[in-house]
Amino acid sequence: MPTAAKTGNEAMAEAMRQINPDVVAAYPITPATEIVMIFASFVADGLVDTEYIPVESEHSAMSACVGASAAGARVMTGTSSQGLALMYEILPIASALRLPIIMSDVNRALSGPINIHCDHSDTMAARDFGWIQIFSENAQEAYDNLIQAVRIAEHPKVKLPTMVTTDGFIISHCLEKIEILEDAQAKQFVGERKAEVSLLDVEHPVTLGALDLPDYYFEHKLQVAEAMRQASQHILEIAKEFEQQTGRKYDLIENYKLDDAEIAIVALGSTAGTTKAVVDELRSKGVKAGLLKIRVFRPFPAEALAKALANVAAVAVLDRADSYSAQGGPVYTEISSALYGKTKAPKLINYVYGLGGRDVTIDDIRGVFSDLQKIDKMPTFNYFGVRE
Amino acid sequence: MATLKELVLRESPITGGHRACAGCGFPQIIRIVLMAAKDPVVVIAATGCLEVTTTIYPYSAWNVPFLHNAFENAAATASGVEAAYEALLRKGKLKGKINVVAFGGDGGTYDIGFQSLSGAMERGHNLLYVCYNNEGYMNTGVQRSGATPRGASTTTEPAGKVRQGKVRPRKDLTAIMAAHDLPYVAQASVGYYMDLLKKAEKAFSIEGPKFLNVLQPCRLGWPYKPELTFELGRLAVQTAIWPLYEVENGKWKLTMKPREKKPITEFMKHQDRFRHLFRPGNEELLADLQTEVDRNWQTLLEKCLPAGQAGGEGGSK
Repeated sequence: MPTAAKTGNEAMAEAMRQINPDVVAAYPITPATEIVMIFASFVADGLVDTEYIPVESEHSAMSACVGASAAGARVMTGTSSQGLALMYEILPIASALRLPIIMSDVNRALSGPINIHCDHSDTMAARDFGWIQIFSENAQEAYDNLIQAVRIAEHPKVKLPTMVTTDGFIISHCLEKIEILEDAQAKQFVGERKAEVSLLDVEHPVTLGALDLPDYYFEHKLQVAEAMRQASQHILEIAKEFEQQTGRKYDLIENYKLDDAEIAIVALGSTAGTTKAVVDELRSKGVKAGLLKIRVFRPFPAEALAKALANVAAVAVLDRADSYSAQGGPVYTEISSALYGKTKAPKLINYVYGLGGRDVTIDDIRGVFSDLQKIDKMPTFNYFGVRE
Repeated sequence: MATLKELVLRESPITGGHRACAGCGFPQIIRIVLMAAKDPVVVIAATGCLEVTTTIYPYSAWNVPFLHNAFENAAATASGVEAAYEALLRKGKLKGKINVVAFGGDGGTYDIGFQSLSGAMERGHNLLYVCYNNEGYMNTGVQRSGATPRGASTTTEPAGKVRQGKVRPRKDLTAIMAAHDLPYVAQASVGYYMDLLKKAEKAFSIEGPKFLNVLQPCRLGWPYKPELTFELGRLAVQTAIWPLYEVENGKWKLTMKPREKKPITEFMKHQDRFRHLFRPGNEELLADLQTEVDRNWQTLLEKCLPAGQAGGEGGSK
């Protein structure tokens, strides 16, 4: 398999070139701009057949994606932070219409104050819009996840829009050696979109986006919820097929040295990589440390997670976003909920960290593991890396 | 141009039985505009009366493909549909010409959807955008919009003891769209359906972004007797409150010049939204509104003069 040095943004743009979508509508925003810039150069050089719409805002980007996807096209976009926030209104319309739009989202802190660096506040605020959400630890995963996202979103039992995220600058701008599928192999893997209904099928006119009053709205939302429940098994099937092609294994979660772990961290995105280094270090000193990385945040892999954490004594959940609920970050509350009522469950504490691109160091993670060794003395809600 | 006889034989894009008010003007706009197309159409609509009254699930009044996304994004959504059409056509997954037509009310066009419209038009998508302009947010209960004329009373800028309805004149969206240098921009009115038909036919014959601004009397928001819809659409033109013209590749042309320009009160006196203007004490405001219409009419006439004949007082002395 060919290898290349790619940043996260370049890796995602490369995946988009191979996917060769029918329509891309996007608007520039740091740190996701490069994805669109690189893709625009593919269009300019005739390397893709895509109809590229350089819209005047992210709201129009998502609106155009909805129009194009309803018309039966395979559609992609990319954004970050404020751009994603500007799309929020249209995101649940995309899922309600069951449009398999695929998005690269480069995680960046939401304003205010304005900030261009990584945290997960943009993606977490979009968690309840009926979109599948897949986090990436590095550029390789960003590439692999985006290729798989096409199949996941368009799966006939799923038909849900899907976003694949990377951490702003940490992954988006960091150069890594990655393996890339041959173009023909990628093309074969993603196949062609087969839309069940299309607005452009003038022989069979359909009305889409009708007014749904109290007598039907609920049933339609239930269908989105059911599709999300079904999605997990299809995400796994597609991962299996991807593994057969590439040898790279994907699951809803990744357990790193977790089987016999006594203390563990739960993390998403690039922090998982930092944590793996500390786990290795602690293991060499005889400390039974482990990591649970969440790859798929929507649908939330509650069962897999509860099972994986059942035998761990103490767990720290790292949240790179605060939900301002005064009850911990969004990942923490999801995990608490997943563990509720289980006879075997770890003690759980929460850290909000890394907001607005605050650096996450090896020492920070060492500190969390050290806290876990005295979990009985720890408060439930904690921060690290912040001046209090 | 199709004759009325030919037109009535064509299949209607919408069925009867939709839930628009008795006397509503937009079903006429939909039918005349879409029946002007020789090739199949797909329709994209902004949130508003048109969408709400024609698509209450599980019913639909549409005989042609229809997509509603949200309030402010009909143009952006239509640009996505058009892009998909171009891409699928190029890849051989589709055959034949399809016209992409977007409908938005004045709220979804002048105000909240203005950016989306401007962007889509500037990008040059091959689509027709039609504003069914009833000069206010009628679907949500007659609120003011950027298209509401000065002096009109609405629920968010009502006439009261010290205020006489809307303070500022409406914005001239047709001119703003003409300033986008589009191949075709036109203003039409419900009362003049053959003029609208001609403009829609011309729009469909031209490649690129087209914009039609069609005045639509609203018996709910302007209140008047439902049977006066056509009459009011015509009076708006005959008073020069809503002149009929087109701008084709930068050339301005009147498509109907009233034989005798009527005073604006002829149009206003039938409508409750202007009733307060006829009360004692508002004579000056009413005269002011007439002056404003006269001035705008003069400006338009100058724009529509053949090249070299414009000038007037600002010219050489």
